Order: sequence, then structure tokens, then C-alpha cells
Amino acid sequence: MIRKTTNQKGWLFVAPVVLLVAFNAVIPLMTVVNYSIQETFGDNVFFFEGVKWFEEVLHSERFHAALMRQLAFTGMILAIEVPLGVAIALAMPRKGPWVSVCLVLMALPLLIPWNVVGAMWNIFALPDIGLLGRTINALGIDYNFTRQPGSAWFTLILMDVWHWTSLVVLLAYAGLSSIPDAFYQAAKIDGAGAWAIFRYIQLPKMKRVLTIAILLRFMDSFMIYTEPFVLTGGGPGNSTTLLSIDLVKIALGQFDLGPAAAMSLIYFLIILLLSWVFYTLMTRNEAN
Amino acid sequence: MDLSWMAWTWHTAVFFCFIAACLISMMVWEWCAPGGGARRGILALDTTRGDRLFISLLGSAFINLFWLGLFGPPLWGAIAVCLAFAFCVFRWV
Repeated sequence: MIRKTTNQKGWLFVAPVVLLVAFNAVIPLMTVVNYSIQETFGDNVFFFEGVKWFEEVLHSERFHAALMRQLAFTGMILAIEVPLGVAIALAMPRKGPWVSVCLVLMALPLLIPWNVVGAMWNIFALPDIGLLGRTINALGIDYNFTRQPGSAWFTLILMDVWHWTSLVVLLAYAGLSSIPDAFYQAAKIDGAGAWAIFRYIQLPKMKRVLTIAILLRFMDSFMIYTEPFVLTGGGPGNSTTLLSIDLVKIALGQFDLGPAAAMSLIYFLIILLLSWVFYTLMTRNEAN
Repeated sequence: MDLSWMAWTWHTAVFFCFIAACLISMMVWEWCAPGGGARRGILALDTTRGDRLFISLLGSAFINLFWLGLFGPPLWGAIAVCLAFAFCVFRWV
């Protein structure tokens, strides 16, 4: 009988990463779990509270509202960025000198720091001096993102689409570039139209990269903080207060570390669940 | 080493010891029966033992949260549901 030998040396190579993750992720996570069942007023003094903070967060209308806003934001940007990114990738040239130009142009928004993006769009969208704000008002549309929740949401979505669609474009383009010419030649011989080529050749070949793109955009958008904070500060009122902004307000603004820790854990569990569902749905037929 | 900043309580220590015990048990199980026990269950998902543990733990977290939201503490009922859920996951998923 032949026995398969297993080389355990590989564990040595991943040991440094395991240690690093233990220090920068597991220990902070353990601390958050510890904080979530206690109350503190500082000076390293803690009072046991049990599951009180979890109960408080679960019954908090403020948390429900922030969660709904977060789900709406993530749903909208995924619905816009993924199809738009694929459409732009399909329209980009595959050969020739314009390839580099297009790729550099697409990569540019990704190179800008998040707080700078927020500041840029804040100025760009101001109704009195910003190019976007003044243009929209000149068209006869009443637009003021500092006062109107609808305008604030429009600006927030537009900013995120501008900043992050490029990521979907670059990933989709990488998927499209990996399709051999023979596939297109075979489709041409069969008389396939543009839709048939997209449906049966390009989309299946992009599936893996689109899975990564959707997961990355989902996780990033669900955790977004800096850009909306700099753009609107969560306002007007609480209309653009997403989960992360609300969490920071509770943890640092009010110094309620217990409720903030409980909210962090619930927030983390929601991201974990939705990421798992996305990943499972998108990869469930791969084994076939 | 002073770990007072981590604010440990015996409750959270028991929780993390349970998670560590689960992971160690999975390692021992894998050592005794290599291959991960891959199969396709009632959800039509290809899962290994590790996947089933992950589903059990994640599901249990949400069972506890729902219980807390609907009925409040104590959570003994939720823990009983979690154990039944984990059994079902390991048996059929």
C-alpha cells in the first residue's frame, strides 16, 4: 500500500504570519470581547455588566437606522459599480498604445488617499464655489449637500463610484485579458453576437475576478469611514451617519467603550456573515 | 507580563478556551481521519469539517443575538438551540 507523505515544513513558513496576525488581530479582538461585557470610566478599572450592552445595541433605534443606511449605501454602490466597471472594462482597448493610457487613468483615483478624496469632493460639490455644486444649481436643480439629505446621499454615492469603480474595472479587465483569441474566433465562426460572446465567454471567464471585486467592494463599502466623514461628517442631521461613523461617535465622542465594543462585535459578525454568503453563492457551482 | 489592559474576565476566558478547544479538537480529528471529511450536504454546498465548524460558530453567534433581541437574558435557551444547530450542521450540512 502506498502512503502519501505529508511535508509539515510548510508550517514553519507561515509561522511568522500566524504570529503577526495573533498580535495585530486576535489580541485586539479578544480585548474588544472583554470590553463588550464591562463598563469602564478609565484608569483601567472595569465593572462587569454581562450582556447588557449587546441588548442595548440590539434594541437601539440609532443602531437600526445606521445599519439600514449602511445596507442601503453598500447595496447602491454594488449595484452601480459592478455593472459600470464591467462595461468600462469591455469598452477598453485590449491592444495598442491606448492600453497603458487607459490603465493609468483608471488607476489614478485609487492612488488618492481617502481623506483627500473626501476633501476634494467636499470642495467640488459646494453649492456656492464648487464646480459640481454650481453646475447642478445652474441647471435649475436645488442642490446643497450640506443641508439636504438627498443631495448628501447623491454626492456620497457619486464620490464612491468615482473612487472605487476603477478597482472593478482593473479586475474585470484582467479577467478579460486572460481570454485567448481562439475563443473569440470560435464564437465568430459560430456566428455569435456581442451578447452571446459576453454571456457565454466573457462573463464566465470574469467570474473569479468579479467574485474578488464584489467581495472587496462589499467589505470596503461596509466599513467605509474616512470619505463620508470628511465629506459630510455624517450629516445633515444623521442622514449619512453610516455604521462606522456611529461607532466612532460612541467610542471616542461619548467614550462609551462597552456599548462601542458590543456594537463592533455585532458589526463584525454582520460583515462576516454577508461575506460568507456572497462567497458561498458565487463559488458554489465551481466544483461542478 | 501585565495584561490588565485587556480587561479579562473568567467568562471571556472560558469563551476563548472553548474556541481554542474546538480548534484543537479539529486538529486531532484531522490527524485521526485526514482529508477534512469533505461532502455535499442538504444545502448543496461542498463543506469540510472546518467549514461546518465555521458555520456552527457563526450561526451560534446569530442565534444568541436573536435570542437576546427577542427574549433577553439569560441565554441558556439560546445555548441549547446552538448545540442542536451545531449537531444538525455536522450531521447534515
